[in-house]
Amino acid sequence: MTVHGFLDDFSKFAADHGRNPEWLLPVRRAAIERFGERGFPTTRDEDWHFTSAARIADAEFVSLAAGGGDVRAADLEPFTFGATDWTQLVFVNGRYTPELSAVGALPAGVRVASLADALREGVPAVRERLTSLAALDHGAFVALNTALFVDGGFVHVPANVVVERPIHLLFVADADGASGAAHPRTLIIADRHARATIVESYVAVGDPMYFMNPVTEVVLADGAHVTHLRVQRESERAYHVGTTQAHQGRDSKYSSFSFATGAALSRTNIYTVLAGPGGEVTLNGLYMADGTQHVDHQTRIEHVAPNCTSHEVYKGVLDDAAHGVFNGKVYVHPEAQKTDGKQTNNNLLLSPDAHIDTKPQLEIFADDVKCTHGATVGQLDENALFYLRSRGLGADDAKTLLTYAFAADVVQRIDEPAVRDALETLARERFVGAMPAGVG
Amino acid sequence: MLEIIDLHAGIADREILKGISLTVRAGEVHAIMGPNGSGKSTLAQVLAGHPAYEVTGGSATYDGEDLLALPPEERAQKGIFLAFQYPVEIPGVTNAYFLRAAYNEIRKSKGLDEIDPMDFADLVEERLRLVDMDREMLQRAVNAGFSGGEKKRNEILQMAVLGPRLAILDETDSGLDIDALRVVAHGVNSLRRPDNATIVVTHYQRLLNYIVPDRVHVLAGGRIVKSGGKDLALELEARGYDWLVEAAPAGVAGAAV
Ligand SMILES: Nc1ncnc2c1ncn2[C@@H]1O[C@H](COP(=O)(O)OP(=O)(O)O)[C@@H](O)[C@H]1O
Ligand SMILES: [Mg+2]
Repeated sequence: MTVHGFLDDFSKFAADHGRNPEWLLPVRRAAIERFGERGFPTTRDEDWHFTSAARIADAEFVSLAAGGGDVRAADLEPFTFGATDWTQLVFVNGRYTPELSAVGALPAGVRVASLADALREGVPAVRERLTSLAALDHGAFVALNTALFVDGGFVHVPANVVVERPIHLLFVADADGASGAAHPRTLIIADRHARATIVESYVAVGDPMYFMNPVTEVVLADGAHVTHLRVQRESERAYHVGTTQAHQGRDSKYSSFSFATGAALSRTNIYTVLAGPGGEVTLNGLYMADGTQHVDHQTRIEHVAPNCTSHEVYKGVLDDAAHGVFNGKVYVHPEAQKTDGKQTNNNLLLSPDAHIDTKPQLEIFADDVKCTHGATVGQLDENALFYLRSRGLGADDAKTLLTYAFAADVVQRIDEPAVRDALETLARERFVGAMPAGVG
Repeated sequence: MLEIIDLHAGIADREILKGISLTVRAGEVHAIMGPNGSGKSTLAQVLAGHPAYEVTGGSATYDGEDLLALPPEERAQKGIFLAFQYPVEIPGVTNAYFLRAAYNEIRKSKGLDEIDPMDFADLVEERLRLVDMDREMLQRAVNAGFSGGEKKRNEILQMAVLGPRLAILDETDSGLDIDALRVVAHGVNSLRRPDNATIVVTHYQRLLNYIVPDRVHVLAGGRIVKSGGKDLALELEARGYDWLVEAAPAGVAGAAV
């Protein structure tokens, strides 16, 4: 029924030519048609067996295309990693907010802008690349985003340019965005041998209910290095479905980290295609959830070219009646000989009612490859708890420390120190005091 | 300081300790010896409060207080320290953090403020020398990837830093070469004071050449079947345990003090 709500949004939206360059309209139309035909996924659909989109499909969301919001700089402090010299674009309820944003010193030729501005200006790279990676076959949510996006981030790093400081794209929701749906679209382009670190955060001030449906496309040309840190700290009443699609050229290196701890229901898709030989990808992540939160990660690494390496470590900590889903796909095409792939997913359940569905999936069509995968699900180690308590640490402190230690190992792999430290603190504090006595 | 009377304990319906009585006074060193599987570690773990073991009878009093009613952390805060036979690996937590957290918890329980980090660094530095360990180990995760000998030394380091009143060393000597054994024994001996006590659990007499006990007890089949002075250890070395184990009639609790 709200499929129609979104179709209505689109009719109004399509009429507003100011936001729609000529070339984009047919793409949007094709997307909304596809969405209209297929509707939202159901648990019968592949990759949606363990996550029901019904709560999103059945809700009525208002369009947030017009923007608005009442976020002050001080509200953002908990989300800015203590950084004062980063380029930071802030989007409130989906719309770029220049008053809260700051473009720091950037090397010549680097462009960081809101996508709406870049579209208005007719930046050629946008026309060339936008919607080229996340396409119709990505399913309902990407189709919806493609049809309805208004704004988002645009980052373009020209060839051989190294951007030292991270670029932060900070998406904030507040009470003015309550009951709204936003579809931010971000395009990141790293030309040949360019290097950059992008931090993409989704956060809330207060605890409004809303639907955040971002899509990010990352283009890595030959030899480009992109570190992409994604931080999902939405309101605990929010719904978040996010898709990242990267495309990697020869000898490029994409390092992704996904931290997911907010939202009533979140689904994070991280996909990459290793299209040129010698490419490397690291997909790491940590999800921490409690209460009745549902947190789903889907990753897909497509080895198209030979001699590429993929490493993946996802960890999850689930308390109370939280439900986690991890589905890691590694797809090795017949030409992708000498692929080196390694994937692990480790989960820690702090409560008997917490639940995880984990499914590593290797599909290998080349014969000369080295691929491993493994998943574990466990509780806190009784003997480790006792060891800590026998040295004087209280039961709760011992649990907190062991939980943190479990999570810290993957967080410590983040190269960017400010983000690493911030996430370490978040991981340490996530369950403090929330863990019931007698668990494990 | 510690008085154990007719202690029965086990795990999952299986009785392992079948009536242990033992009195340890301040200033004393007691050795508990006995064959594998006789219940030595179980006794040590029960005294430290491992929740997996159920006490089914008897009592243990520590400084006049019911020890068995206390959670493990309170026992530690009151000065009981168990050097584990199998120290646990804790990846992701550094020794430095762990030592300081434990030290401060014990201070907090006494109503004291946390120690100044610089003062603590000095204390640890000095204790590291005592057990002949490199300070570089402080930045390593607790016991993770440590060799057997490193783990045992790390237990003694923790003991040296925390300064317990009653230390229970569970086979701290097993798997140590003679040099490491000397280091461990030196650590234990230099921490001895008239107001603290040590229980040394060991399978071999060897360690007792370095840590000289006041009393030696033989544990077999969950009971203390014989107690004596330090010469008993030499006798056990010469004759083995069989003569004692066979002599202990089933169903009769061995008395020992
Ligand atoms: N956690 C446990 N679970 C099951 N059996 C145990 C456990 N701990 C000890 N036992 C059993 O209790 C007996 C005594 O073990 P233990 O106390 O370790 O002996 P020792 O230290 O003297 O070698 C053994 O038969 C052992 O198998
Ligand atoms: Mg033992």
